[in-house]
Amino acid sequence: MRMLLLLLSLLVTPLAWGQATGPLIDALATDDYAAKEQALTALTETGDPAIVPALKALEGGQLYRRLTDDKVVIGRENGDNISLTDPLSGDTLGSVPAGDLELIRVNNRLRRAIGASLGALTLRSPDAAVRRTAAEAVFVNRDAAALPLLEAALAEEQDAKVKRSLQQARAAILLADANLGTEEKLSSIATIADKGGQAALALLNPLTGSTEPAVAKAATEAVRLIDNKLAWAAAAQNIIYGMSLGSVLLLAAIGLAVTFGVMGVINMAHGEMVMLGAYTTYVVQDLIRAHAPGLFDWSLLIALPLAFIVAGGVGILIERGIIRFLYGRPLETLLATWGLSLVLQQAVRSLFGPTNMEVGNPDWMAGAFQVGEVTITYGRMWIFLFGLIVFAALMLLLRRTPLGLQMRAVTQNRSMARAMGIRTARVDALTFGLGSGIAGLAGVALSQIDNVSPNLGQGYIIDSFMIVIFGGVGNLWGTLVGALSLGIVNKLLEPLAGAVLGKILVLVGIILFIQARPRGLFALKGRAIEH
Amino acid sequence: MQGGILLPRLDRAGLAFGAVALGLAILIPVLNLLVSTDSPFHVPPHVVALMGKYLCYALLALSVDLVWGYCGILSLGHGAFFALGGYAMGMYLMRQIGPRGMYGHPTLPDFMVFLNWPELPWYWLGFDQFWFAALMVLLVPGLLAGLLGWLAFRSRVTGVYLSIITQAMTFALLLAFFRNDMGFGGNNGLTDFKDILGASIQADGTRSALFAASAIALALGFILCRWIVRSKLGRVLIAIRDAESRTRFLGYRVEQYKLLVFVTSACMAGVAGALYVPQVGIINPGEFSPANSIEAVIWVAVGGRGTLIGSVIGAVLVNFGKTLLTNALPEVWLFALGGLFIAVTLFLPRGIVGLWTGYWTRRREKQAASITTQPVTEGQ
Repeated sequence: MRMLLLLLSLLVTPLAWGQATGPLIDALATDDYAAKEQALTALTETGDPAIVPALKALEGGQLYRRLTDDKVVIGRENGDNISLTDPLSGDTLGSVPAGDLELIRVNNRLRRAIGASLGALTLRSPDAAVRRTAAEAVFVNRDAAALPLLEAALAEEQDAKVKRSLQQARAAILLADANLGTEEKLSSIATIADKGGQAALALLNPLTGSTEPAVAKAATEAVRLIDNKLAWAAAAQNIIYGMSLGSVLLLAAIGLAVTFGVMGVINMAHGEMVMLGAYTTYVVQDLIRAHAPGLFDWSLLIALPLAFIVAGGVGILIERGIIRFLYGRPLETLLATWGLSLVLQQAVRSLFGPTNMEVGNPDWMAGAFQVGEVTITYGRMWIFLFGLIVFAALMLLLRRTPLGLQMRAVTQNRSMARAMGIRTARVDALTFGLGSGIAGLAGVALSQIDNVSPNLGQGYIIDSFMIVIFGGVGNLWGTLVGALSLGIVNKLLEPLAGAVLGKILVLVGIILFIQARPRGLFALKGRAIEH
Repeated sequence: MQGGILLPRLDRAGLAFGAVALGLAILIPVLNLLVSTDSPFHVPPHVVALMGKYLCYALLALSVDLVWGYCGILSLGHGAFFALGGYAMGMYLMRQIGPRGMYGHPTLPDFMVFLNWPELPWYWLGFDQFWFAALMVLLVPGLLAGLLGWLAFRSRVTGVYLSIITQAMTFALLLAFFRNDMGFGGNNGLTDFKDILGASIQADGTRSALFAASAIALALGFILCRWIVRSKLGRVLIAIRDAESRTRFLGYRVEQYKLLVFVTSACMAGVAGALYVPQVGIINPGEFSPANSIEAVIWVAVGGRGTLIGSVIGAVLVNFGKTLLTNALPEVWLFALGGLFIAVTLFLPRGIVGLWTGYWTRRREKQAASITTQPVTEGQ
């Protein structure tokens, strides 16, 4: 019976729409805000989706009264003139000078009401996602006027998820009604508690002080549940942040794991290799913007090989020009490469200036998605995946290619490797180039989340060394575990101790950890390391 | 001169250095205070302060040379000990301001009034007394070095690992001192000093006295280092530097020797910092930056590692160059400093002093060779 009625109403209402809404829209053209709000309520009650564009225009300051005939129109600026469209049919009505129109102004109160109306009106959109957003909007606004529309929408809703959202919105509106019976209050609380989140908490918190003991108890219980859930979500979010930070640290440290871990060379200019990678990205984007703007979305992929070549090439030059004369003198290597990092920083500063460079995010790096209560940005996700890919590729290179075999041979026993016919000098240069090139790749990723300035690398060098030492020198798996665990520990400590104190605690923790395990988490076994 | 009688083992170099430093400590204040401003020999007050600063750097370099040159411990965190000594002195100077601060609070320094601290935190108590501050100048860096050294040497953390850990230590302190709620003035640090031991810190006489104090402290530091490295202790230190495991197997408690020299060196750095702060008039967390510590290492490398006098020469020369270059061509300074790091490690591994002694040794050998064997048949 009810279905029949509904069908009937569906058949009838479209006929009624259109005829009635025209004059109702024109009623908006008044200076009296209360009258405007009445007109808005009347419009909302028609439930006619055709008024949505008009309401959006009103909200966006694009709804005008035409002075010649008092008709309400939508206007979009078009040079000096304003081109008009009919608010209901969307037909174009030509363009007129701005002087022929008067803007229909809105205040904040009205803006809220418009938001609520829009929420209610889009409740029956054919798109399930739109319906759900509308239900969420109603939940937040809790506009009692939307209740009839909401119930109508609820009756015909098929999608289970949307239905739940609608029920939650309905519960939110019902709870706002002071005359509601205890039974219904309790069921509303249960529905809202089911939703969870900050908005639900805001609704339920006032009810914990309710005069009805049953309601107060239910609300308190619900608040406790939601708080619990939120705490877990916050922890999960922190772990996600931590993994993201860990992947950044991994990218910065993994090249160092090659030069320091595998070769035993202290490269204090490693951070500057990262910086070079970031500046390569900037130059690539700059050229693309100037010559081929269509390629912008590909800029990072184009920058990757170039950054590898630039940083790797500089790395090979450094190895051939400086480091090879200092093998076996780690402290001198440290000093020379530190000097080199100063020179590189100043060179970049002289070339590009000391200010931060603008490096854009391609579309696929922008935005975020939601998993439960946890937000993950696409940028962070890609960087995380990229870190893992680089790690896996490096692993493959070291374990499965002739070059990797030679690298391992040279690091394990240089003279024996040379005796077997390996050109150790060439392998040294290539290994160092590889480590530096990976730093360049890290620079491409870091350019997306950090300021591209001459000091970019400085921020990562100490952390990177800590990670390589923490994970165990000469062990890439240690670097992976070290980077991720440091990132997560850092982010978990942050809410407890603050960002700076958290970082200090981590540094102190590592210093103490080195006491217990001087060779790191995954120490190489045997006497080979006791040089 | 009396030192030579009291300490018969004091060598000629130590005496000579002490005499030169003492001479400077008298000469410069005289030229500043007693010679009229028109005279070409007059030394203006800002030059006195600048030279005092160099001497503090030289003392810091000396302390680095003691651990790096003679014990093989490359500390990249000596700037932290320097800064801690500086903060201890800065806290004393802050307390001396008393009610003359901008907010006129009787005890709280300005930044604490500004940040709404209700009262002086416990670790600021006692710093109104000079003797207490002076004690802390030695004690705080010494304790930190003792703790870090005890932990590190006990676990046989050596070489670059130790370097990186000391760097992380100074980095952690840098971050910590930037925090406002640490109670050390946050990123502004401590400044606006008025008096030291009752004398105005701006007065020419005070500046000269501070310069003289720096020169004397440097001389004492030099004599102490000379004494250490020439004693049996010094021999063991050099043995540790050159063959740590062998020294340990010979029965020496390597970690105790290292700890002793590391703590001594940290105290020297603390004194250098304490003398530095009143002469530059400010101490802020920037002094903890790892770059400062590593710069001190390059002074030693330029002058000549393991020579003591070389570290003093290196510190003064590099900083003099820095003053000249940063004024004339600020862009070039980092190129020059960076190039210095590379050039010294590649071409001058023994520094300026090494070059000098090497030249004389070769010359003497050549002379000796030409006297003893007239027809030189085989190459050297």
